[in-house]
Amino acid sequence: MALPQCLAADVLVIGSGGAGMYAAIEAARQGCSVILADRSLIGRGGATVMAQMTVAVALDEGGLDHPEHHYADTLSAGRGLCDPAIARLLCEEGPARIREMDGWGVGWARENGEFKRAFAPGHDRARCVYVDFLNTGPAVSKTLRAQLNRIPEIRRVGDLLVSALALRDGECVGATALHLSGGQPVSIAADATVLATGGLTRMYRRNSASANMMGDGYALALAAGAELIDMEFVQFFPIGHLAPRLVGMDPIMWDPFRYKLGGRLLNGRREEFIHRYGSKDDGRYVVTRDVATYAIIKEAEAGRGSPHGGAWLSFEHCSQAELRAAGGPVIDRLAANGIDLTKQAIEVAPIAHYHMGGVRVDATMATRVPGLYAAGEAVGGANGANRLSGNAITEALVFGRVAGKSAAGHARRKVSKVDASVFAKEEHRLAEGRAAPDFNPAAMVEELQSVMQDDVGPFRTQAGLERALGRLRALRAELPSVKPAAGEAYDTALADWLDLCTLTRVGECVAAAALARSESRGAHQREDFPGMDPQWAFNQALSLAGGELRIESSAVPA
Amino acid sequence: MSASAKLVIRRGASGEPPREETWDVPFEPGQSVLDGLRWIRAHRDPTLAIRYSCTNANSCKECMVRIGGKTVYACIVRLRAGTMKIEPLPNKALLRDLVTEIAPPDERLGG
Ligand SMILES: Cc1cc2nc3c(=O)[nH]c(=O)nc-3n(C[C@H](O)[C@H](O)[C@H](O)COP(=O)(O)OP(=O)(O)OC[C@H]3O[C@@H](n4cnc5c(N)ncnc54)[C@H](O)[C@@H]3O)c2cc1C
Ligand code: FES
Repeated sequence: MALPQCLAADVLVIGSGGAGMYAAIEAARQGCSVILADRSLIGRGGATVMAQMTVAVALDEGGLDHPEHHYADTLSAGRGLCDPAIARLLCEEGPARIREMDGWGVGWARENGEFKRAFAPGHDRARCVYVDFLNTGPAVSKTLRAQLNRIPEIRRVGDLLVSALALRDGECVGATALHLSGGQPVSIAADATVLATGGLTRMYRRNSASANMMGDGYALALAAGAELIDMEFVQFFPIGHLAPRLVGMDPIMWDPFRYKLGGRLLNGRREEFIHRYGSKDDGRYVVTRDVATYAIIKEAEAGRGSPHGGAWLSFEHCSQAELRAAGGPVIDRLAANGIDLTKQAIEVAPIAHYHMGGVRVDATMATRVPGLYAAGEAVGGANGANRLSGNAITEALVFGRVAGKSAAGHARRKVSKVDASVFAKEEHRLAEGRAAPDFNPAAMVEELQSVMQDDVGPFRTQAGLERALGRLRALRAELPSVKPAAGEAYDTALADWLDLCTLTRVGECVAAAALARSESRGAHQREDFPGMDPQWAFNQALSLAGGELRIESSAVPA
Repeated sequence: MSASAKLVIRRGASGEPPREETWDVPFEPGQSVLDGLRWIRAHRDPTLAIRYSCTNANSCKECMVRIGGKTVYACIVRLRAGTMKIEPLPNKALLRDLVTEIAPPDERLGG
């Protein structure tokens, strides 16, 4: 085997979504050399490029808004669990980031020279900027990529799947990665490291995720000695697209139609059913996400689901003209998929969409491991038990900048003396193993996604969570004996095996935290403990002690 | 499952003589070629190398391959009954099977 390659920089940023790209830009502005690594292509692999809709930001032009109002809404959505300092940072720095992006030419929609602001649920006023048409994420990614490309101090490297952080005396000094295109381990020495790896929704069978959103950052942080918080809070989007199969469309595409046209949710017998669950859906989109999710799942469980196990969403009562006005070019893309909404209903079901929990940081984005920072969806704390729509992109940009600045500050204070030994263990782990896998890791990923969906999904019970924990822990114990050896170019089976290591660990974190929390709050709903319990108004922090997961309750910071 | 496609896939790593493998893939109308390739990995052969990220939205632009001699995104071409021939991009360096080096040159590790 060729000798492992070694890279080095002042700051290593892992993940190149909105958070990672902003962190890299800021660290370079502070005078540092930066390596920006991603397991996929730079700026394309995660959620940022897929986001279509809104970015929440309190712009005070014309006295229309103030960060205090945004902050109040964020705290109330978080149901008592937000870390106030981190939520405040999101709201207070949001406007500066949105304006900086504006200066970089992102193209926020405007009317008479002013930013257009859309309403989104949970906000007390129209607060969300966007890029037309449904182009927010692609525009944000493209703008940040253009900035990156101008900065020679930033080295961008794609196809680097980071599989462990490197530690010396408890301090993070870089990372080891599998170079997917070459098949070899690579070591990256850095004085400070930023985890910007995004969320974990690919752990679920029904999701809006990209292939790279398996929660890698949570597993990396945990293994390095950092804490995770609020891991039980996974946000489900109730009306994700289920069937018929559409190509070239995002599964969360129906929300804008619902806002504009209402639409009718029907069970498998084509009956309205939302009213049976204490809300109503008489042609207007008023039912909240949690009630819709609950009602759709319960109807399907009672044998009254749509053919694929969800509910029907019908716009058959709308005219072509109304649909065209609401959907614009999307109507053409639907037509290309053979769908005419005036003639047929489509099937929808709840899908995993965002993760509130994550790596525990302070307001400088520092973890408790010296030299290790985190940013974006990888971070927990800003959104508590539930996230407001539009807060995720803002969080990515704001936390990215702050993490980049803090990492640069740490790197400047340090005289690095990293030697090859800190990477040796992980390089060896990647290289060892079997020549050809004698089990199917891709099938196993699908199987565990079903376990997570069915037993750790939007509605949870003690029995289901215990069953899931049993499955995840049993498989985790078997993984070392079936590991494929690194060495082949683009070894997807090895990548799946690494994903299984992550899924079993991070899935365990979600399930264990959900099992401990014997109440229902925000996105965490226990069928056996309905209702919020004031006694549970605290966070749960997870860490590893001797390889075992430890859960501690932790007062919400004042 | 209502239909089945015959996918003829060119495989092999760079420097190896290419070989063709054929799989029958069941599908529901509307499913993409990428769905079919993922089905092969989960049900037949996990070593088949493909690359994709976004899976649905056609936003990552990673899944480019040749189908029937045309360069396309595997996630938006639909499966159809009958034979579909799938090959890696001819004008990019081959990594393995359907995966080619599509990263911009200054974003590669090199070496
Ligand atoms: C379909 C969709 C629509 C959305 N719409 C909106 C919206 O309208 N408004 C809103 O506010 N939010 C929205 N969200 C949420 C929001 O997009 C994300 O929370 C946000 O973009 C996360 O940014 P990030 O930089 O933290 O992570 P990401 O953009 O997900 O980037 C993470 C990067 O890390 C890389 N990575 C992961 N693991 C590793 C590893 N081990 N080694 C190297 N690299 C790794 C990934 O390849 C990826 O490129 C949406 C999400 C989805 C999925
Ligand atoms: S998988 Fe993303 S464009 Fe095809």
